Amino acid sequence: MIPELGHFALTLALALAIVQAVVPMVGAATGRAAWMLAGRPAALGQCAAILLAFIALTYAYVVSDFTVLNVVQNSHSAKPMLYKVTGVWGNHEGSMLLWVLILAVFGATVALFGNGLPETLRARVLAVQGAVGVGFLAFVLLTSNPFLRVDGMPPFDGQDLNPLLQDPGLAFHPPFLYFGYVGFSMAFSFAVAALIEGRVDPAWARWVRPWTLAAWIGLTLGIALGSWWAYYELGWGGWWFWDPVENASLMPWLAGTALLHSAVVVEKRDALKSWTILLAILTFALSLLGTFLVRSGVLTSVHAFAVDPDRGVFILALIVLTVGGALALYSWRAPMLAPGGMFRPVSREGTLVLNNLLLSTATATVLIGTLYPLLLEAISDDRVSVGPPYFEATVVPLMIPLVVAMAIGPLLAWKRADLSGVLGRLGAVAGLTAVALMFALYRTTDAPVMALVGLALAAWAIAGSLVELAERIRLFRIPLGASWKRAKGLPGSAWGLSLAHAGLGIALAGMVGSTAFLSERIQVMAAGDTVEIAGYDVTFEEVLQTQGPNYVVERARLTVYRDNAAVAVLEPEKRWYPVARMATTEAAIRTTMFADLYAVLGDQQPGNAAWTVRLYHHPLVPWIWIGSIVMSLGGVASLADRRLRVAITARRAPASAAAQPAE
Amino acid sequence: MRRIVFLLPLIAFAGLAVWVAVPLIRGDDPSMLPSALIDQPAPDFALPALPGRDDGLASADLGGEVTLVNFFASWCVPCLAEHPLLTRLAREDGFRVLGVAYKDEPADTQAWLAQHGDPYGRIGVDLDGRAAIDWGVYGVPETFLVDADGRIRFRHPGPLTPDLVDETLLPLLQELAG
Repeated sequence: MIPELGHFALTLALALAIVQAVVPMVGAATGRAAWMLAGRPAALGQCAAILLAFIALTYAYVVSDFTVLNVVQNSHSAKPMLYKVTGVWGNHEGSMLLWVLILAVFGATVALFGNGLPETLRARVLAVQGAVGVGFLAFVLLTSNPFLRVDGMPPFDGQDLNPLLQDPGLAFHPPFLYFGYVGFSMAFSFAVAALIEGRVDPAWARWVRPWTLAAWIGLTLGIALGSWWAYYELGWGGWWFWDPVENASLMPWLAGTALLHSAVVVEKRDALKSWTILLAILTFALSLLGTFLVRSGVLTSVHAFAVDPDRGVFILALIVLTVGGALALYSWRAPMLAPGGMFRPVSREGTLVLNNLLLSTATATVLIGTLYPLLLEAISDDRVSVGPPYFEATVVPLMIPLVVAMAIGPLLAWKRADLSGVLGRLGAVAGLTAVALMFALYRTTDAPVMALVGLALAAWAIAGSLVELAERIRLFRIPLGASWKRAKGLPGSAWGLSLAHAGLGIALAGMVGSTAFLSERIQVMAAGDTVEIAGYDVTFEEVLQTQGPNYVVERARLTVYRDNAAVAVLEPEKRWYPVARMATTEAAIRTTMFADLYAVLGDQQPGNAAWTVRLYHHPLVPWIWIGSIVMSLGGVASLADRRLRVAITARRAPASAAAQPAE
Repeated sequence: MRRIVFLLPLIAFAGLAVWVAVPLIRGDDPSMLPSALIDQPAPDFALPALPGRDDGLASADLGGEVTLVNFFASWCVPCLAEHPLLTRLAREDGFRVLGVAYKDEPADTQAWLAQHGDPYGRIGVDLDGRAAIDWGVYGVPETFLVDADGRIRFRHPGPLTPDLVDETLLPLLQELAG
């Protein structure tokens, strides 16, 4: 009964999405106010119906309803409750349901909070969002229905979820990632609506910004969670593998980051308009590509695209319609957009253009690397696999000028910058960087040159945002109390800029540190053996066998000594999941925030009580995730900016916006 | 002239779409890439062993019994996903599984095997990917089934899945093993 209710709700959502796509669009074209208003209840109703369907599926998982095929294939009655719930989106059908749910939630926010938008723009945005919803709801209902019942006798128990996915890091990784992917649909809808309206102006950029920011925050956290999961779950301490799945999430992030920056230029200077529109379309296109290129679960590669040919053709048709339609509209309408303001190369706009060039080149590079094996095969019989060496050789050189420009840009004035004044402030940035570099040289003996370059860049980025913040509050030039007052009065977007840039610097330091200064030991150890790594002595105590809820465990106990005093106990595990017949390793990690000590239990040696043990010392690795969180906080600070809220709701008088400090 | 610039994104996208669409609509199952090598003898190759081992892998090692040849790398995440299945095929079901370490630093391969277990009877190091080209490998992981006469009977690009092993690979292995 409940699954049928979910199925029905989903069908109802499709009907409402059709209404949402057609009625407000016709209304905006013919000037009928009532038709335009119809988009709002349709969007809210569609959202409520999909939510109901989602709850119905979650219920089927929670009570282990093994008459539902999807539950049989992906769950098991002995699975912990957390993973029963997260199992809902741990498979193709369920994750598609989550996908359309988030799409509808974003549509509903425009219906609820978009009061400040011009009525025609709002109607058109809702209609475009609805049209995307129609396509994907049809996809779910026709090819990926999660509510199908089992034919014949239902089985006694389920087939379990891939044990690699039974992990808190990964359980919450897809919702964040999808929030990001799907959130960019809002930028897409705003771009298409603006093309139909034939007008892009600073107000438009301000309206679209909160949704783009929200999506960007979600994607940043989603990628960080995914990489954190890979770091501790896959068991060899790597945190990024240039796997097609990861690339698929990196591409929209790069394009979305470029979009956030170019939208700033539209907002402040009324320039780069058609470029920004194009970026908005492409960012969502890359999100679609990302979601679908890797459709069949988490650990697959391009091979898995369209394992079911019907699904593949459907998805491709959808992408062609949405992206192709939007690009056709773009080629027709974009040339009519009024050209914007002019600026000199040395200006804040100039560095933002550089930012956009570098980020889009990086996006294209990753796209080519991800699709190249397919392309080459299509035109010849050669087959290749593009691995990390390609990406490291191409993306890293693009990131260097990007980070260099990142500290310079915010110090430049809009339109035309005064170079000599900027050079003075850059001196402070360079000074701080030099101090950080000296410290790094003092702490390490044989650092590779590239590692020092990387650390210097990280320090440059962090110093740049500190100096920029100090400039804004006139630190040390006016009394501290007055500086504090200025700091409190700074708009959220100023804090956002500094936090996001500093966060990237912190993450960069983590990436460089963990790559360049890694130490590792692989050792066969029996009880009582001790091994030295990075100044620690690690003693292998024992291995115990125990039983988890749906797995059996071998747990090792290792005591960590520093200067003959015990500082920690590491308990790495090997788990065996009998139902899925798979083993996983659970690393044990001790972190000091400046470095991780990481232990993994390997295989038992045949015939004796000794195990292979791997120990790693990863300097600075926690900074990768600390930096990602700081970046996201920057996004949140910017999202909280009062002026943005003014733009959305227009509840405050425009005068209060004008009273903010000028940038 | 200015209009052409605005048409470029559409043209590029159309090109991309057509190129992806043609094989899809033609009905090619990408997981069943046509292999010119099916039912042909395995290509000639000879690969060195990992440092400290004396095996290596060459054409002469194939044949005699039904064998799986698996191309893998320590940097490849899907390889780790299929690794327990290969281990099961080798240790529980008793089939011979041979490995080719594809474009992987030998030290990384060794560390990976020490960590996750080594199901391979022999391992050849294909540092520059030459042997992989001869085999027509599409990417790692990729698995070939070679029969007792040394002919390739089945190939699977991408990670093995429990379904594939239970429904296709095991029956075929058992049939060929007689």
